Amino acid sequence: MNSLKLWTAIGMLVLASSAGDVMLSAAMKRIGDLDLIRMEKGLLGVISRVISEKLFLLGLCCLIFSFFCLLTALSWGDASLVAPASASLTYICSAIMAKFLLHENVDRRRWLSAALVCVGVLLLVK
Amino acid sequence: MKFKKIFIYLAIACCNGTGDVLLKRGMDNLGEIHLNHWTHIFNAFIDPWIILGILFLAGFFYSYLTALSWADLTFVLPATAFGYVITAFLSRVFLHETVSAWRWAGVLLITCGVGLVARGPSLTERPAKDTAPGKDSAVGKDTALAGDSTIQKDSAHGKDAALAKDSALSRNKEQHELA
Repeated sequence: MNSLKLWTAIGMLVLASSAGDVMLSAAMKRIGDLDLIRMEKGLLGVISRVISEKLFLLGLCCLIFSFFCLLTALSWGDASLVAPASASLTYICSAIMAKFLLHENVDRRRWLSAALVCVGVLLLVK
Repeated sequence: MKFKKIFIYLAIACCNGTGDVLLKRGMDNLGEIHLNHWTHIFNAFIDPWIILGILFLAGFFYSYLTALSWADLTFVLPATAFGYVITAFLSRVFLHETVSAWRWAGVLLITCGVGLVARGPSLTERPAKDTAPGKDSAVGKDTALAGDSTIQKDSAHGKDAALAKDSALSRNKEQHELA
């Protein structure tokens, strides 16, 4: 029962955070290079530019939800189990979403590294 | 450019790993959360460890957004995975959790994966872009928008899109070889 509770929290965390990541990535591509904006308008300029992007706010809501799932999951399991387990699944989920929703060029190098990271993270759970 | 990549990778990884460990430390103080007393979770915001953890995660978020503004999601994500390597080290030293040989093997694999992707190109070439990724950031917003519309047009007639993708791929390869 306890592990079912833990994995449900992790599952919700994974879906919310990969959806949030994809939205953030799309929003940041619309905004442009943050370093340049900061040089021109300062930190406040960056914050106001980022906050005025609707897609960013939507992505942020997803990430806030996933953060509460993370807090809950951390109180039920070890940090060295919860963090890697959710990371590996988020990683696969986001890579697939980035390929099909953001049309990113996920080449052999990136798939190979995705596989390495996933296997590595699975080993972390052992 | 190379320095910028390495710096942002380190910033993302360090802030992420440290933040997670601080949060775990704080949640240990707080005790287990029961579903019928779930409002107990708001007590988390007065715990100093959790506040410190949130500060670290805020630093992580800023560097993450900066990286996403000039690089692909699939390029930035391994940097966040590298944070879990740091989590493993800190959990061992700071939280005194046992980290088995399997976990160290996992840490090694993640490090290899991160190293692999970090050496590649950081941004997908859009058909509208002719210059190398990262060098044309001065025209960032306009090109990004132009790139989006080109892709939509391209996907309308699949053959063109496939051709454009092929040329983008070979261009990426060339650039990598040059680098």
